[in-house]
Amino acid sequence: MNAHRSFTIAAVLAASLSAVVLQSALAQEAENPPRQTWSFHGPFGTYDPGQLQRGFKIYREVCSNCHSLKLLAFRNLADPGGPQFSEPQAAAIASSFQVTAGPNDQGEMYQRPGKLADYFPPPFPNDQAARNANGGAVPPDMSVLAKARGFEVGFPWFIFNMFTQYQEQGPDYIHGILTGYEDPPPAGASVPPGKQYNKYFPGHAISMPKPLSDGQVEYTDGTPATLDQYAKDISAFLMWAAEPKLDQRKRLGFQVFVFLIVLTGLLYFTKKKVWHDVHHPEVA
Amino acid sequence: MSAHSTYKPQNPVMQWLERRLPIAGLVYSSFIVYPTPRNLNYWWTFGGILTFMLGAQMVTGIVLAMHYTPHVDLAFNSVESIMRDVNYGWLLRYLHANGASFFFVAVYAHIIRGMYYGSYKEPREVLWILGVILFLLMVVTGFMGYVLPWGQMSFWAATVITNLFSAIPGVGDPIVTWLWGGFAVGNPTLNRFYSLHYLLPFVIAGVVVLHIWALHMVGQNNPTGVEPKTEKDSVAFTPYATIKDAFFIGVFCLFFAWFVFYIPNYLGHSDNYIPANPGQTPTHIVPEWYYLPFYAILRAIPSKLLGVIALLASIVLLAFLPWLDTSRVRSANYRPLYRQFLIVFFLAVVGLGYLGSQPPEGGYVIAARILTAYYFVFLLVILPLLGLFETTKPLPNSISEAVLPPGAATPTAGAKV
Repeated sequence: MNAHRSFTIAAVLAASLSAVVLQSALAQEAENPPRQTWSFHGPFGTYDPGQLQRGFKIYREVCSNCHSLKLLAFRNLADPGGPQFSEPQAAAIASSFQVTAGPNDQGEMYQRPGKLADYFPPPFPNDQAARNANGGAVPPDMSVLAKARGFEVGFPWFIFNMFTQYQEQGPDYIHGILTGYEDPPPAGASVPPGKQYNKYFPGHAISMPKPLSDGQVEYTDGTPATLDQYAKDISAFLMWAAEPKLDQRKRLGFQVFVFLIVLTGLLYFTKKKVWHDVHHPEVA
Repeated sequence: MSAHSTYKPQNPVMQWLERRLPIAGLVYSSFIVYPTPRNLNYWWTFGGILTFMLGAQMVTGIVLAMHYTPHVDLAFNSVESIMRDVNYGWLLRYLHANGASFFFVAVYAHIIRGMYYGSYKEPREVLWILGVILFLLMVVTGFMGYVLPWGQMSFWAATVITNLFSAIPGVGDPIVTWLWGGFAVGNPTLNRFYSLHYLLPFVIAGVVVLHIWALHMVGQNNPTGVEPKTEKDSVAFTPYATIKDAFFIGVFCLFFAWFVFYIPNYLGHSDNYIPANPGQTPTHIVPEWYYLPFYAILRAIPSKLLGVIALLASIVLLAFLPWLDTSRVRSANYRPLYRQFLIVFFLAVVGLGYLGSQPPEGGYVIAARILTAYYFVFLLVILPLLGLFETTKPLPNSISEAVLPPGAATPTAGAKV
């Protein structure tokens, strides 16, 4: 039959197409960073304020030496759904930073301790200074870094991610980078001078020297001071910095779902009632 | 159309108004008593969903425009300030960005419906062509909207797409310079894209009015493709179509809400959270998912000019469907061969979408060329020939005969015709 033949042709065509495509897909193989467990994953996920506070400590003591956080203000540290420092604590943190203000009445810029309304001051006055101090590479601003990084998961995984709500490629990637340094580099890998080998960095040659090691930052809440834990905490902090309204979004999302399910259910039964006579006409 | 009751207002104020501007009567005849075929399935709810999405996009977009700054130095941060400092700004932006995607989900479902049931055939040619124009307007509007956040993908997508015009022989380069308002994508480009992104939705709304007007002239097609013949074949728009549309808008919103609230960045590209940098080209420049099949067609052709022509033709050819399809039978349900080829066509478009997201190398290019070839062969060769050679299944005498138990439909229907 004609119909059967056209289906056979289509099937053969599809099979040969997937063969060529699969070949190309396999040729690209690159190792993706391993998936971590995050408190903010899933429909009821929320940030863990303790983790965000630890992550902030790491940002402050380590990352902020090179990376700016331009879109965050000190007041954000006291926002609901964030690290939840108290307002006096956030103000104290702000005043420990020196920010550039002015011009004053004499027309000059001056330094003063930060206030809640101030934004985090950048470590370098401009990109040129940052590039000059970092061997030719500008350390990226960290405000939306956790949403600006990711990796391809490929077919068919990207379809599953739609249902499992996997949206944490960014923090997984940052965790992967922080734990992915290998010194000496594996046999066969060539690393240009001034660069380091990193398992999960695209191309593997990263300009940033290994920033974190075991025991480098002191934790006072009993959390193990390990590189893996640091990497998780700073990644969580950066995810909050990039998506500060996540808690609010997921909470509202649940309310919207309850509302929509009830509304759609009522509409369904109303529809059934309205259409009943059309679907079940009395036979004349 | 079959005769139905006209609007006779009881209220004296409405009587006064009706003699001067019969707007209530227009609403009454268009959205209350307007007859719709009784056998429409849920594929017919996407028109209502599209109208709903257009309204939602306009409302969220107008509020976003109150907080957005169209300047190369400020645009990226103004979007971030919407996300951080505007009350429910994150909600507005995620609704609008994912709303664009779901607008396209609905329009693709609407187009699939039209192609499967042959809704473009006589007398609905103008209705269909208006639809293709609407789709083109949506493509342009969506593209310009994607440029506004001024991230890396915004900038480079604008560069790649505007550069397509340089393929026009002779006048290509001056046209590109004119489009940019300069010698590269820059502030004038962003400004005019913003202006047009605000304007075009109103143009779309205008064409939607024409689209609905044309629809109400010729009436809706239906799964049998047989025109309604008696009153038994139709039901009134209200309450039947209204409640059905409302229910399915609810279902559609559940899918929409899943993306907005739980995976708002799933359909976006992480590179667009990196501010635009003209000095650094991203490794892979990919458009939004809804353009991927057309992007794959563009890249499948080795010559730039021919690629651009193929890209344009892939959409414009759709406007000629009423004449490319030579069959007199509308619905694919009664056209076994057409049905097979059409399903393969839809799968080919999905395949092209996947290939458009992959780098243009090796097996991907070969696969994209094969699927592109099928796309055009289907429209230009298979479709005209099928109508001449295909043996179709017998059509029902009427809609009622197709959907009602024997005895319920035929006697009266036969008597009245």
